[in-house]
Amino acid sequence: MLNISGLNEGYVLDHIKAGDGMDIYTYLGLDKLDTEVALIKNVKSNKMGKKDIIKIEGSYDLDFDMLGVMDPNITIDVIKDGRIIEKRKPNMPEMVEGIIKCKNPRCITTIEQELVHRFRLTDRTKGTYRCVYCEQSFKKK
Amino acid sequence: MHHLISPQDLSTTQINELIALAGRIIESPSSYSEICKGKKLATLFYEPSTRTRLSFEAAMLNLGGSVLGFSSADSSSAAKGESVADTIRVISSYADICAMRHPKEGAPMVAAMHSRIPVINAGDGGHNHPTQTLTDLLTISRLKGRLDHLTIGCCGDLKFGRTVHSLVNAMARYEGVRFVFISPEELKIPAYLRSDVLDSAGISYKETKNLEEVMPELDVLYMTRVQRERFFNEEDYIRLKDLFILDAEKMKYARPDMLVMHPLPRVNEISTEVDSDPRAVYFKQAEYGMYIRMALILTLLSDPENKKEALVC
Repeated sequence: MLNISGLNEGYVLDHIKAGDGMDIYTYLGLDKLDTEVALIKNVKSNKMGKKDIIKIEGSYDLDFDMLGVMDPNITIDVIKDGRIIEKRKPNMPEMVEGIIKCKNPRCITTIEQELVHRFRLTDRTKGTYRCVYCEQSFKKK
Repeated sequence: MHHLISPQDLSTTQINELIALAGRIIESPSSYSEICKGKKLATLFYEPSTRTRLSFEAAMLNLGGSVLGFSSADSSSAAKGESVADTIRVISSYADICAMRHPKEGAPMVAAMHSRIPVINAGDGGHNHPTQTLTDLLTISRLKGRLDHLTIGCCGDLKFGRTVHSLVNAMARYEGVRFVFISPEELKIPAYLRSDVLDSAGISYKETKNLEEVMPELDVLYMTRVQRERFFNEEDYIRLKDLFILDAEKMKYARPDMLVMHPLPRVNEISTEVDSDPRAVYFKQAEYGMYIRMALILTLLSDPENKKEALVC
């Protein structure tokens, strides 16, 4: 069992589906942060069997919309002065613009670079987002 | 209705109205022969499709209007790198309505977002082809006398075949319709259509690789071509293109009133010996395509909410 110290201020992204932690790390641009960030993979979980966790130390403008698109089941602990001051779930916006990109090679966005990539939430239960232009569903990988 | 981008843009009432209007045009074409006089249709075809383009042009000419446009990206400003948005902004000043075909999915949607005139999607890649769907609905409606309580068989390329996707989307709204999908494993109907359209609405369907076996169940057999241009890999295309060929022998398994439909052009998926079978209606279907496009152009130009006031039609 790894021992990673608690945060003074920041976020703990918990209950990430095992294996998705690195994708979320990348999509949130955490590799560009100067502050301490821990990605812990395959943590034992009673609820999920295995899960990933990300801890982000320091002040950071967390993109709740992006998290909702990536995995609406993530739990977000907001930490201040070493304590959890709020537990949140990600947003699931009806429309996301310019956050994720359509990967369909046949989509008009592949040849018209100035087009803003737009995705519409088409199934809230499954968390499915589809490109408004070609209707391809967003896949993390 | 401002534009027609996806078959889902149309309510069932609108579809029924278009079919009824097409029916009136078929009964009395001369009553409509000057109704769009002075109006212009722009056909913006970024990839070749002689049949669809000519069908649109014939439709507008039959309504007394005129046509302008281009028939390939090479002969348009797209070759110079102009965006779809800029092209449609310019065309909006020249024409009253436009039909766009584009190899990239979603291009007509982009055009509609920037257009001041009604945009009709005349096919965008492997995505949507709503006027083909309307053609198919008109054909079924006129030749079967109804759109409900039918078993529709779709055969061939069900993965990339946009006509099938659109047809499934449109027919799924009618009561008692069930589907039989006949294709090789690699060209099965996309999972999202099964989950989002069929499963979610509780519509009955089955998938098979055996055409003969399911022939007796079908009211309509919708054949499709395996399209070379949808494959990134030539080997896959060659391996899959001849798997399902409808011939006179297989037609023996079909009901006496089954319709054989095809969006055309066909290559060899329907043997020419089937052409003389009265159940083969694909050429009639192409003719109906022109009539439904007349009805659509007329409807879009008549919509008072659409641009260019003082529309006569």
